[in-house]
Amino acid sequence: MKLKEIIEKLQLKVLMDQDKLDMEVTGGYTSDMLSDAIANSKEGNLWITLQTHQNIIAVAKLKDLSGIIIVNNREPDEDTLQKAKEENVPLLGSEETAYEVSGKLYELISS
Amino acid sequence: MMSDENGLSHRFEINGHDFSNAGRISTNIKAILQEIGIHSSIVVRTAIASYEAEMNVVMYAHRAVLTLNITPEKLHLKLEDEGPGIENIDLAMKEGFSTATDEMREMGFGAGMGLPNIKKNADKFEISSIPGKGTSIDITICLDKTEKK
Ligand SMILES: Nc1ncnc2c1ncn2[C@@H]1O[C@H](COP(=O)(O)OP(=O)(O)OP(=O)(O)O)[C@@H](O)[C@H]1O
Ligand SMILES: [Mg+2]
Repeated sequence: MKLKEIIEKLQLKVLMDQDKLDMEVTGGYTSDMLSDAIANSKEGNLWITLQTHQNIIAVAKLKDLSGIIIVNNREPDEDTLQKAKEENVPLLGSEETAYEVSGKLYELISS
Repeated sequence: MMSDENGLSHRFEINGHDFSNAGRISTNIKAILQEIGIHSSIVVRTAIASYEAEMNVVMYAHRAVLTLNITPEKLHLKLEDEGPGIENIDLAMKEGFSTATDEMREMGFGAGMGLPNIKKNADKFEISSIPGKGTSIDITICLDKTEKK
């Protein structure tokens, strides 16, 4: 499923837009630990996390993730937005919890 | 970039405590490997290993030099840092062991997975340390097969 469809269906806020919304999302990975995310996420996954600082961008970039969803309505730091832009990583936001976003994404992708 | 009969060599400097540039060198290494057409599964393994090694310098050491050497047979990452070193390497290698500060943990570091992740992704991994001086890490990833040995 394409990233833009997921944004629409999960009503995500686009915090940092990229020209990558046509990208195919292969699944998701939910974690707040960076070493866990880098070890266990897969290419094309959406990373669901409550981390908001700039180091999340390098993880997404190194693993070729399709984007990051920041949950619980948390605001990314200014340098996180800046780095997302530089590195071309789509940054999304949700008002819901990691549990809710993960459940909905799982439903969407496996159906 | 240097070149000799042993292949291509790139040298990077990493500064401790510099969280704003953390990950930049690994991103750079990934781009270098992609550009010369290294198989994507090997690129990912090398990127993970170099990221974890780089982050450990940022979190725990003062500074480090990382060299990437590329030959037709293998990739070799050598990291030498100046820093507090590691008292007990067996303990540091245990998954879950971490001395990360509360501040680092809040940022999602300190799972104690970095060194185990490096080992998992390397075909050969060596670590040595002199407490009070620094830590050296050697990572070899073979290019002749895409699956880890
Ligand atoms: N370069 C280093 N210099 C000094 N100590 C180090 C260095 N690298 C690792 N250590 C020590 O080894 C421990 C384990 O490292 P490891 O990378 O496995 O986990 P971590 O860095 O604590 O957490 P994570 O990597 O999951 O964010 C660290 O907490 C630290 O005490
Ligand atoms: Mg670490």
